[in-house]
Amino acid sequence: MDAGFSNDQAQFREVVQRFLKDKSPPSAVREQMATAQGFDTGVWRQLCGEVGLAGTHLPERYGGFGFGPVELGIVAEEMGRHLYCGPFFASAVMAAYAILNSGDESQKEALLPGIADGTAIATLVLDDLNDVDRVGHAIKNTGSMSTPVLSGCARMVVDAQVANTLVVAAGAGAGSADGRATDDTAVSLYVVDASHACVSVAGLEVMDPTRKLSSVTLTDAPAELLGDGAAHLEHLWDQLNTILANEMIGGATQLFETTIDYMKLRVQFGRTIGSFQALKHRCADLLMELELARAAAYDAARALASGTGEPYAANMAKALAGDAYMAVAKAAIQLRGGIGFTWEEDTHLWFKRAKSSEVFLGTPVWHRERMIQKMEVANV
Amino acid sequence: MSELKENPRDIPLESIKAEVAQWLDTNWRIDRPLAEWRELLVDAGWGAPEWPVEYFGRGYSAAQAEAVAQVFSDKGAVGVAQGGPGKLASHTILAHGSEAQKQKYLRPILTGEHSWCQLFSEPGSGSDLAGLSTKAEREGDRWRMNGQKVWNTSAHHADFGLLLARTDWDQPKHQGLSYFLIDMRQPGMEVRPLKQMNGHASFNEVFMADAFVEHSDLLGSEGEGWRIAATTLSIERQGFGLDRSGGRARNLEGPIYAEYRAELEIALAPYTWYPQRAGRVDLALPRALQSGAIKDPQTRQELARLMCLNKAAGLAAAGAAAKRKSGGNEVIPEGSIGKLAASVIARQASHVHTLISGANAMLSGPESELDGVVAEVLVSVPAISIAGGTDEIQKNIISERVLGLPKEPRFDTGPFRDVPRNLSDG
Repeated sequence: MDAGFSNDQAQFREVVQRFLKDKSPPSAVREQMATAQGFDTGVWRQLCGEVGLAGTHLPERYGGFGFGPVELGIVAEEMGRHLYCGPFFASAVMAAYAILNSGDESQKEALLPGIADGTAIATLVLDDLNDVDRVGHAIKNTGSMSTPVLSGCARMVVDAQVANTLVVAAGAGAGSADGRATDDTAVSLYVVDASHACVSVAGLEVMDPTRKLSSVTLTDAPAELLGDGAAHLEHLWDQLNTILANEMIGGATQLFETTIDYMKLRVQFGRTIGSFQALKHRCADLLMELELARAAAYDAARALASGTGEPYAANMAKALAGDAYMAVAKAAIQLRGGIGFTWEEDTHLWFKRAKSSEVFLGTPVWHRERMIQKMEVANV
Repeated sequence: MSELKENPRDIPLESIKAEVAQWLDTNWRIDRPLAEWRELLVDAGWGAPEWPVEYFGRGYSAAQAEAVAQVFSDKGAVGVAQGGPGKLASHTILAHGSEAQKQKYLRPILTGEHSWCQLFSEPGSGSDLAGLSTKAEREGDRWRMNGQKVWNTSAHHADFGLLLARTDWDQPKHQGLSYFLIDMRQPGMEVRPLKQMNGHASFNEVFMADAFVEHSDLLGSEGEGWRIAATTLSIERQGFGLDRSGGRARNLEGPIYAEYRAELEIALAPYTWYPQRAGRVDLALPRALQSGAIKDPQTRQELARLMCLNKAAGLAAAGAAAKRKSGGNEVIPEGSIGKLAASVIARQASHVHTLISGANAMLSGPESELDGVVAEVLVSVPAISIAGGTDEIQKNIISERVLGLPKEPRFDTGPFRDVPRNLSDG
């Protein structure tokens, strides 16, 4: 299952695995998910400062390791496996990729080192988490490009409750509140200081308590345009979905493996339940689905790293991961029977992450539609 | 031939290429009769270079044999006889045959003089192959065979068959089987074509009523049949390593090529519908675009699902191949997973083709979509999840050997005589 990874990458995975196994056991996940902040500050400092994971994919001149999407995918996969609670995806993946893509040199120098060492926590404010084409409709720049002023509301922002820097996607101009953005250039990315009085962050009650969400309301908030204003939203969306898909593969793998272990132990009708064909055939189907999704997720990360590959690699990865993770999660509960539905059993922690991941940044249906759109363009 | 007894695997590829090129320059002529050419080829060891030196080969590695094949292709030279069952026979005999059997059977397989078929499956034992009940009874120096076989590709033109039969009914089922090499051209053998639901007849049924096998044609020892059959099945699972395109020589002009094409046509005839059995994923997007079905939201979703599965299965298979090459010893689940995925993909492709065709899916033949190709997809796909081990058997293999889940309890472990069987097996 590690086909295509170098020895260095395999060793890197082991380092990440060891750290998370130690620092993010289910007991720690349960502890953190019950808090408003959602993560352990000490572990976060170690993860960023000592192990350096938040800078995995960031160039060395900004305090990173200088690796790429494949290594970041490895980190995400292991975090998904251990259900790590912390602002990693929001800050190191979402915000950092946005800044890397769009920021000018001085902005990268100012923002990325703090993200890499964990002293700064950033997040990406998207006013739509379903459809990249609808981003930038609710939040608008009512000022100018040189002196931006942002107003509007993003209903759900990952880890905004702990962020000190917001990277905000906003549409140009005050009007056309519900007109569809026609291309990336209509939406730009801006940097906003989260502590400013014009920024209001309100924590939300969430289905998946390991992924904290807040609403962010901006009222004439002063902002700084990121780079020359090109948001590269589609590319950013693909990057985020690629890393998210790898995170999901990790979670699905963990849940699948613990389910198989359970089936080898649980006895009913005088047999371990894993010996019943009705159950083990379901497991074989799941393994197939999971392995295909894994192949697509790894491929999408490689495609990002090399800049080659199919234009729909990220969409495919997210669509397959979304369906596979949910299929595994549903089976993980069903195959455990009643115990799987209890709060005490850990299965529901992953089930909820599976569900929140399925719909975060495009459902499988949305991504399949996007695939076909890209194929149509290629076949014109 | 080289003067020194060096290890053939040490010969560099460039020397091999030069040697075979020189040999072909001297011996290859397009006006030679095919049979005469094959004799030369087999004597020289160039026809099966990865076979042992003692048996018409040169003891080469796969890479060295590939280099030989490349030179043959460059020069447009015809190789030894192709044929899936022939390959099963030769590799099984090479692995388990006596010296006399190797001398008798191997050469005519390479020259194409003899064709073979596999006589394993029975009406009463499909997935449960080891439960077969063809009866082999010893009578002095020969064995008397009675029983019925099914799904026998090429049996209607085969000279010999690889026969798995029961020689001991008091042993547990796997231990009572023996492996025979049977002459198909004898009075006790009857071969009938077996017509499939898609109209093709790629297989046969074989009826044995007092057919005979000389004791010298027992392969291995009595009771070793299951162990030897495993060799045959593992070669079958590798897909015969058969080049179904027939290679470059298929499309060249000259007397020997015409003979070669005629031979290939017979060998490849059973497989013409196999691409349709796999669902013809390649046709889905072009058909959807061309017909306008691409505008339908439901079709778009199902088409995207198909593309995802197909592409991801290709990626997973490539990953598995890379892992196999790197020589890891861990169990590689991708074989059975790949077969299972192929079934899912074929069914999804059939579904997408149906969505695209709409009511046109009621037609077949020249008036139908793509001159009947789509209709053939719809009625051929059900075979893919059965042939070569059903999906259910694959799921047993995956869950037991890859996931380590326990087996179902068994009811067939005692003497075969007492094992519950189909009523028709007597």
